[in-house]
Amino acid sequence: MDYLPHTLEDIEKALRTVGVRDVEDLFSDIPKALSNPEINLPSGMDEDTLLRHLKELQNQNSTDQPCFLGGGIRHHFFPSVTQQLASKPEFLTAYTAYQPEVSQGLLQATFEYQTMMSELTGLPISNASMYDGATATAEAALLAARATNRSKVLVSRGIHPETLEVLKTYLTPLKISLEVFELDGLTSSIPFVDKDTACVIAQNPNFLGYLESVPNLVEASHKMGALYVAVSDPVALGILKPPGSQGADIVTGDGQTLGNPVNFGGPSFGFLLVSERLVRQMPGRVVGETVDTEGQRGFVLTLQAREQHIRRGKAKSNICSNHQLTALMATINLAALGPQGLQEIAEQSVLAAHELADKLSRVGITVRQESTFFNEFLIETETSPLKLRQEFSLRGISAGIPVPQTFNFGNASILAATELTTKEDIDALLKAITEIELSK
Amino acid sequence: MKTLPQKRSNFAGNYVPLIFERSRPGRRASRPPIRRTGNVSALLGTDNVRQTPPRLPEVSELDLVRHYTALAHRQMSIDGNPYFLGSCTMKYNPKVNEEAARMFTKLHPYQDPRETQGALRLLFNLQTSLAELTGMNAVTLQPAAGAHGELTGMLMIKAYHQSNGEEDQRRVVLVPDSAHGTNPATATMVGYEVEEIPTDINGEVDVDHFLSALGPHVAAIMLTNPNTVGIFETKIMELSKAAHSFGAQLYYDGANANAIVGRARPGDMGFDVVHLNLHKTFTTPHGGGGPGAGPVGVKRHLKDFLPTPLIGKEDGQFTADYSVPQSIGRMRSFYGNFGNLVRAYTYIRALGKEGLRGVSTMAVLNANYLRVKLVEAGYEIAFDRINMHEFVARPPSGFKTIDIAKAMLDYGIHPMTVYFPLIVKEAMMLEPTETESIESIDRYAEIMGNILREADADPDYLSTAPHATPVLRLDEVRAARHPKLRHTFPPQ
Repeated sequence: MDYLPHTLEDIEKALRTVGVRDVEDLFSDIPKALSNPEINLPSGMDEDTLLRHLKELQNQNSTDQPCFLGGGIRHHFFPSVTQQLASKPEFLTAYTAYQPEVSQGLLQATFEYQTMMSELTGLPISNASMYDGATATAEAALLAARATNRSKVLVSRGIHPETLEVLKTYLTPLKISLEVFELDGLTSSIPFVDKDTACVIAQNPNFLGYLESVPNLVEASHKMGALYVAVSDPVALGILKPPGSQGADIVTGDGQTLGNPVNFGGPSFGFLLVSERLVRQMPGRVVGETVDTEGQRGFVLTLQAREQHIRRGKAKSNICSNHQLTALMATINLAALGPQGLQEIAEQSVLAAHELADKLSRVGITVRQESTFFNEFLIETETSPLKLRQEFSLRGISAGIPVPQTFNFGNASILAATELTTKEDIDALLKAITEIELSK
Repeated sequence: MKTLPQKRSNFAGNYVPLIFERSRPGRRASRPPIRRTGNVSALLGTDNVRQTPPRLPEVSELDLVRHYTALAHRQMSIDGNPYFLGSCTMKYNPKVNEEAARMFTKLHPYQDPRETQGALRLLFNLQTSLAELTGMNAVTLQPAAGAHGELTGMLMIKAYHQSNGEEDQRRVVLVPDSAHGTNPATATMVGYEVEEIPTDINGEVDVDHFLSALGPHVAAIMLTNPNTVGIFETKIMELSKAAHSFGAQLYYDGANANAIVGRARPGDMGFDVVHLNLHKTFTTPHGGGGPGAGPVGVKRHLKDFLPTPLIGKEDGQFTADYSVPQSIGRMRSFYGNFGNLVRAYTYIRALGKEGLRGVSTMAVLNANYLRVKLVEAGYEIAFDRINMHEFVARPPSGFKTIDIAKAMLDYGIHPMTVYFPLIVKEAMMLEPTETESIESIDRYAEIMGNILREADADPDYLSTAPHATPVLRLDEVRAARHPKLRHTFPPQ
């Protein structure tokens, strides 16, 4: 199967027009030694065979079973209307809006996205999206180092461990030092901030699910002139205080929970918002409102003097492609949910997780409840976390993210619940965990 | 003026309010399941809970559908319009790819690997296929986009030099003056200085200059081949030998891989690192700017620096492999843009090796055909020779590229890449791709000719274009001087 429209006559006509005899003549610039190597790939397939092959791969996966996995990516209610609207081919197959007159659809939707993200986070300026939460946070650290002209970044142990890894990858070559401040119990300690510190980064709710004291972290940062980067869960922001209103200078996070399928972890999108004074240091595309020659409202990509296609080696970041379509999906989903719907999803997730925690405690599982949690929390088991996840899996349940050794929690796993978690799901989990732990 | 297309005729509706302006308190488009009741403020602590809800829109489901349908109508796309955007490879995105992607959307990345063997197998196969197509020894699927792939590759090169104790010595990255902006931006992000290499009169890297710029201080050379003027670097073997003789690494920017896929491989040309843009060569949709995917392939000596996790195979089971001794670390969360990786895999399996070879063949034929047709239509060619999948043209003297681009919009065709590469004045960079028919290219060239003629007949025609789009030329200066980056709600 291919997607070529050319008939033999077309090819002959084109060759004649170009003035060559054979298509191979068009490739004469490629040295002979490099041409037509033996490539070890299978032959093509017709569509039916192809779909059967994919179906076979699909059948080697388990989905549609009770799932208690979070860790930055969660199943949430995802209305049909969101999926259908965001999959419109006009959005799906468009290019970046460098020609604004014929890109008003995506530009306006992105302006709406920026407004919604601003409402959720409490900061005025959102870019048009980043790759994911981890890279958005790494870019935030680079931004902070540029803006403050300082070269140390303090990051809470409570941040998603994969975000921490990405921070290391991005900061190391630029000789920006990265120091981790540990948890005090289940939430961040107050770090020692000095005059070399560009920013303090913490996540709320943290990776384990517990709520951080954002005002205290902001105060410690600002006292020494460092910026505060608030890594946030956008669904939680439906009911939690917006970090911008608590003094955060930069807010980042992963947008998957706002209305993208879990997709084995990607693509979701990252969001990045800044306070007014940081706007010209911000990486990535941003959409602004303007007027056309007749005074009609329209939208354009703006402040492009920060970007690689204009500034090349002096750009604020090398980012070019962002995650426009997945951000659009979140925009449509937020409009579908409205403030009430988002609040309901957040509240129902909190209630489901607390119900789960209470029931687990009642059957004798150690649940860490001494700090306030949102919709994820820690359990401690006799069974090792990897074994626990495997045992759940054998019983048709996806549950238990092992807490990395770096946290020093021993045999600890994270469980999550959302508005999609039913009473039957919880019963199944309780039955399974009782079996697993009793057999110890 | 009556010859002009009727204003805004080809788009539905002139004015689309913001979704916030359609909002009416109490309307809803969607109701999540309510399974429980309880006092959430008490559970979370009132100090943690927000006092006022975010001002999200309140609309009915039909309002929502009308709104985003109206916005879709104000949007060009491959499904509706030819693009011919140089270096962007705006080819048709097969529908079966979308069906394939939908089969895997419910997989959570933290599921036990025994629950995700099909997905891991797919990724493993894709790694292998891309290594085979590029002539490299190992591939990471993690990078989220082309620029992210560049960052991954350059970080590996830096780590490699560091492991040889040459980190301080190698400070410079050479980049041709025709390079994509992401190349120098990436080199800077990794902490390198950038030095530009000029292009010679044939549209290739100036070899003498290249050789004199080499030295033990050079960390890497980033090349696109064919380059952004659509010319294959015929001296590539000489360039790569010289670079390696100084210990520099050769980076292949895969933006133009559509020209050579199935016919030639960067690995055979001596490149040490390659990124591919799956949203270009391998038909994953551009989505209005992303998500893309930018897998990176490396030669054997760089394998130990790849980001983790890779997808490995052990005792017949597929696993996430973290055992890379000197890994640069992780480039992003989880396994990359999996949804796009599924689409690219689907495309590669649909075409197979013969099909992929047909892609580059027809992409190059189409581009050469378009070049001749544009010359007939009155345009000039920057480096007039047989080109690969794209070429750079310019309008006849007296015309501005921006005006022609805007006039094209009235005909429902998306302009080519304009004012790039920077080395050609009034540059128009054209890449029709293999999925366009000969008639489509004929029509495109005819319109390009018409625009020049209409401009001769009416001098104001071009400078006021476009005339038939949902909005007219937009005031970009005002947008940048007085940034308005979000909606302001009227006072209550």
